[in-house]
Amino acid sequence: MEKEKIELLEDKARNLRVSIVKTLHKSQSGHTGGSLSAIDMVTALYFHEMRHDPENPLWEGRDRFVLSKGHAAPAQYVALAEAGYFPKEDLMMLRRLGSHLQGHPDSKGTPGVEVCTGSLGQGLSMANGMALGLRLDNSDSRVYVLLGDGELQEGQVWEAAMAAAHYRLDNLCALVDANALQIDGEVEKVMNVFPISDKFRTFGWNVIEIDGHDMKAIIEALAKAKAAKGKPTVLVATTVKGKGVPRFEHKASYHGVAPNDDELNEALMCLGCFED
Amino acid sequence: MKATRDAYGETLAQLGEQNSNIVVLDADLSGSTKTGVFARKFPERFFNMGIAEANMVGTAAGLAAAGKIPFVSTFAIFAAGRAWEQIRQSVAYPKANVKIVPTHGGITVGEDGGSHQSVEDIAIMRAIPNMTVIVPADAAETRGAITAAAAHNGPFYIRLGRNKVPAIFPDDHDFVLGKGVELAAGTDMTFITTGIMTAQAIQAAALLGEQGISARVVHIATIKPLDQEIILNAARETGAIVTAEEHSVIGGLGSAVAELLAEHHPTHLKRVGIYDRFGTSGKAEELIKYFGLTPADLVEAAQEVLAKKQNG
Repeated sequence: MEKEKIELLEDKARNLRVSIVKTLHKSQSGHTGGSLSAIDMVTALYFHEMRHDPENPLWEGRDRFVLSKGHAAPAQYVALAEAGYFPKEDLMMLRRLGSHLQGHPDSKGTPGVEVCTGSLGQGLSMANGMALGLRLDNSDSRVYVLLGDGELQEGQVWEAAMAAAHYRLDNLCALVDANALQIDGEVEKVMNVFPISDKFRTFGWNVIEIDGHDMKAIIEALAKAKAAKGKPTVLVATTVKGKGVPRFEHKASYHGVAPNDDELNEALMCLGCFED
Repeated sequence: MKATRDAYGETLAQLGEQNSNIVVLDADLSGSTKTGVFARKFPERFFNMGIAEANMVGTAAGLAAAGKIPFVSTFAIFAAGRAWEQIRQSVAYPKANVKIVPTHGGITVGEDGGSHQSVEDIAIMRAIPNMTVIVPADAAETRGAITAAAAHNGPFYIRLGRNKVPAIFPDDHDFVLGKGVELAAGTDMTFITTGIMTAQAIQAAALLGEQGISARVVHIATIKPLDQEIILNAARETGAIVTAEEHSVIGGLGSAVAELLAEHHPTHLKRVGIYDRFGTSGKAEELIKYFGLTPADLVEAAQEVLAKKQNG
């Protein structure tokens, strides 16, 4: 892929970071750190890899995306708004009474959201179900599911990991946003899930390790995932919680905290723009 | 005599022929739940998920999101109990078109004992928004309920049993979702029952008839949404109600009736069911006696509410 296209995607991701911090600042509630760690992968999916039509969210031929780490909803919402699923002004209503943008993704109200997530550990199961259903229909659509590393502590994830390999779901690609932090601190100290890659490999998955902020690496890994046959692929992506805004980076304390006025201005400076 | 689970297996296989979107998931109990009948006929649309109920329910939600109509089966305690939060989050919250159809509900599971006897499932399923809860009384009604569930979009919980039960409805019974059925006319009191307890109530009504007491029998298959009209009419017209279910008296049909009557038409009421206890090993018929679910127990409950009614 040419350098120019990569740069365009990087630029898009930077703009979406700006959108995330503005959205969370407005709502004064929501998950900053995990939205910023996931956004490069979300950008690559919505603006490069996935086949989808914002004009027709239920288009049969679409690829599916499940945000299993549902608390990173702002990352998905800004991408959906940027793609044109709903007006960008809707973002300013995040988490408000009457808004379709619920605290965690809700398929009943938000165009482009496929299922309800938020209670951790359930997205991979749902993605498996979609992949099985699409295969029954001889569809070539693919299913992408983004999980957190802390989320891997949920036993259901491993039930689902077993099932995806058992049913040879090569139309499924999981992405693990491994930012190494969760609400109570370091994943390794709260309940160690590392080494993640070995676990998936043992469960029968095709594993690709990447830097989750390296756009070129993400794009290449997604292409490799698509080419892999006979088993599901997981991209184990090393990321930085709060990526893009030094004050938020590597800090569990920004897991579920929205930026205040000062933090917003600082974030916008860091992301190369100024509040208008 | 036929078990509701047997009727389920046959109905699924028939529906599978008519509708290629029907898929079935089981958690290593397809021989017991009778989804094996479907599996043999449509192996490509049957998914054995192993002993992993949480993942099974989530997978069903994903299949529904892909346009399929998944039927999900295991024993009632593992469906409603083990996977409750998955049913809430992945199925009911998004209104996914998933049909949870467990077998082995209640204490008539028998010898396996308390670990396997679900006496709380109706309560915890009924508490979830968007969920329809049905407990059929016999094979014909099971066929109707399963067919209705396949035809209606949205989450269903249909609780079936392990053992053979007598036929109450004709083979061509026309099941109406959300409607109770009056099975015996009566003016002195009313039995409001569900599942296997309806057959017990019919016997109890006959015993009461011998004593000159006119007992009405109202069968409620759809516990949620509840047929309020048929229950309120029974309360107004007979003034004494006995509910009966193979389930805890906390949160099931008895609770639903009590809630309705307390708000709209306070009536003398006795709930027959399991009184805040776990099940235990034994033969099904022994357990029916042990937990006080026989026709004689229903007669006693009827006499209790009738005495209250007479004393005002």
